[in-house]
Amino acid sequence: MALLQISEPGQSTAPHQHRLAVGIDLGTTNSLVATVRSGLADTLPDATGRHLLPSVVRYRDGADVIVGEAALAAAADDPLNTIASVKRLMGRGVDDVKTLGGVLPYDFAPGDGGMPRICTAAGLVSPVEVSAEILRTLKQRAEAALGGELSGAVITVPAYFDDSQRQATKDAGRLAGLTVLRLLNEPTAAAVAYGLDKKAEGVFAIYDLGGGTFDISILRLNRGVFEVLATAGDSALGGDDMDYAIAGWMLGQAGVDVATDLRAARRALRDARTAKHVLSESAEAAVQVVRADGTVWEGRLGCEQFAAIVDPIIERTVAPCKRALRDAGISASDIAEVVLVGGSTRMPRVRHRAELVFGRTPLADIDPDRVVAIGAAIQADILAGNKASDEMLLLDVIPLSLGIEIMGGMVEKVIVRNSTIPIAKAQDFTTFKDGQTAMAIHVVQGERELVSDCRSLARFELRGIPPMVAGAGRIRVTFQVDADGLLGVSAQEQTSGVESSVVVKPSYGLSDDEIERMLRDSIAYAQEDSVARDLREQQTEADRVLAAVENAVAADGATLLSAPEREEIDRALARLRSLRANANAAQIRDGIAVLDQATAEFAARRMNVGISKALSGHRLDEFS
Amino acid sequence: MQAIGEKNFFELFDLPVGFELDTADLADRYRKLQRQFHPDRYANASGPERLLSLQITARINQGFQTLKEPLSRGRYLLALQGVDTGEETDTRMDADFLAEQMELRESLHEARQSAQRGERLAHLATETDRLLKVRTGALAQSLAGSDPAALQRARGLVREMQFLAKLAREIEDLEEAG
Repeated sequence: MALLQISEPGQSTAPHQHRLAVGIDLGTTNSLVATVRSGLADTLPDATGRHLLPSVVRYRDGADVIVGEAALAAAADDPLNTIASVKRLMGRGVDDVKTLGGVLPYDFAPGDGGMPRICTAAGLVSPVEVSAEILRTLKQRAEAALGGELSGAVITVPAYFDDSQRQATKDAGRLAGLTVLRLLNEPTAAAVAYGLDKKAEGVFAIYDLGGGTFDISILRLNRGVFEVLATAGDSALGGDDMDYAIAGWMLGQAGVDVATDLRAARRALRDARTAKHVLSESAEAAVQVVRADGTVWEGRLGCEQFAAIVDPIIERTVAPCKRALRDAGISASDIAEVVLVGGSTRMPRVRHRAELVFGRTPLADIDPDRVVAIGAAIQADILAGNKASDEMLLLDVIPLSLGIEIMGGMVEKVIVRNSTIPIAKAQDFTTFKDGQTAMAIHVVQGERELVSDCRSLARFELRGIPPMVAGAGRIRVTFQVDADGLLGVSAQEQTSGVESSVVVKPSYGLSDDEIERMLRDSIAYAQEDSVARDLREQQTEADRVLAAVENAVAADGATLLSAPEREEIDRALARLRSLRANANAAQIRDGIAVLDQATAEFAARRMNVGISKALSGHRLDEFS
Repeated sequence: MQAIGEKNFFELFDLPVGFELDTADLADRYRKLQRQFHPDRYANASGPERLLSLQITARINQGFQTLKEPLSRGRYLLALQGVDTGEETDTRMDADFLAEQMELRESLHEARQSAQRGERLAHLATETDRLLKVRTGALAQSLAGSDPAALQRARGLVREMQFLAKLAREIEDLEEAG
């Protein structure tokens, strides 16, 4: 695709201020890394010039992990140690994995119902660790290309990813040694790249069918504001499913039993994918299956048979499209353009179906593989502070409703799907037994009325409720969803003030301790002294905070601060500057905390002024 | 100056407190506030400013969601005047309204079984929408006054609208299920 010009002429950033930030599209089939250089966003190739990194990781006994093309090439010969499509396992439990079709050829360790672990030649690995290997490879690629350490990354996730899947992705980023600036929804990233390139205005549908996930997002583009009106999808639907279906047909024709011939199955999967690509351009594809005994089945897959295999899968994208339109409160005729994203949208059958749903020819003049990473890079550039973000703003939504379990296994929704994030919402609940002193809070995500039909996110307990008669206790449960779409929940008994809160750490993820331990154990980190690293991180943070406060004081200090207040802030600034130069990490951390405290009231005043500033333009509009 | 945390949703958007409201204007104000306060704008700000940006944006989002729909706007206006609509706790409803509801529910049940399911559901959706609109108009009138009787009328209307909105959602779910 064309490179995107996104900086205004004459607005160059001084080189020493430029922070290296990237956008990463962590895909089911392929992954990419992109960055903004000299105002241009583009994906970064590896040393051999390839932009796409196959999302395949091969584990070996006593040897380095292999990621990408070389791992993909070994997939058929070493199926159990070569992990592909790991994205489908992210944030999933062992039981979910079993329902993913039974076609995943990996050897899962018998689990305790928690996160699945795959048995490999290098030991047990979790999906988060496998994803971290892919991210680490992209990080190294970017650092080699840009000639320095990355200050942060925006990682994209399917819009329809639930809380567990998002948390798992963020954990993978941390494990790879990345500072995750933001999790960004893939269709939103695509809209950013597309919208800025075409200077588009109006309502857009982004139809994103990738290797393993499907998203449909409806956005309104209005003078640089990208407002997601609704999103829907299926986080287990994509080109993979077509490959499995085609491979299944081939193996059936050849009379091969998948369970007893893993190699034939893995090869068939590879060949099925090739046949699918061929059939995007030709009327038929030659296919063959080599059986365990060396005999060969040869056949042809024609258009009609192909359609019969893939159409039922493509059809599953239609209901989410209709739901997204309905939730957005618009009809298909209101859509200005339909933009296709994701490798699977190269298939004519898919384009045809999208065209039928929206009643217009979808746009296909962008590279569906690279557009997501490019959008993420643009957002990363803004969040890293390289560019004034004045002209662009992303308003995204939460894809699935969040609620808690109430009596009878029912769900009470606290935040409904397609609410714009960040959002906080509180709901009051009451005790149901006399003298009840504790309350179990079960947080779930999903649209159905029964808890058993929703995804369980977390359970925690509020203890120390003073004994009261049933129905007298007032427990306020507050849900807070941040800009990454990640949930935090707190509960407080209103009469006593007893409080309990959790950062929702899903049952199928890694604990913070596990991540810390893995980080310490990993080779990349062992090479560097952790004390030195901690110090460097705190120094960077101190620089950021110092600059922020200095700018704020320069802008508003004269009008919003009294002389004594100004002096207190100046003292805290001077102290932090001196700690930054001479002290250890803990002391710098403390210096930042003191400065934060000294500027809290000033920050609140600046915000209060900000609100009249924000709407004062409004009044001008009205009178003009 | 009034602190942001103390402002009600109307004050937050610098709008007069009242039921009548231009939703396009509200959306415009919403985008302006988002441009000012969104966490992306504060990615490199101090700790306190980043925290405030998150809290304020969450409040702006909740305010926009509350004010843009007539039902939630009406309920919020009543709450501002100390009237609890009590949809969860108080289940007593006007007898005529309940009779009308039962009729609608029956029609919905029949429509589900019907051979012309799609048509019947669409018809029912239109009818529910009409009943909602009638009440929205009446609610605007009731909320224009502030005498206790008018507020009680408004309370009744909000409660009825809640019923109808729930029915409308169920019809949509059935239409979607196909």
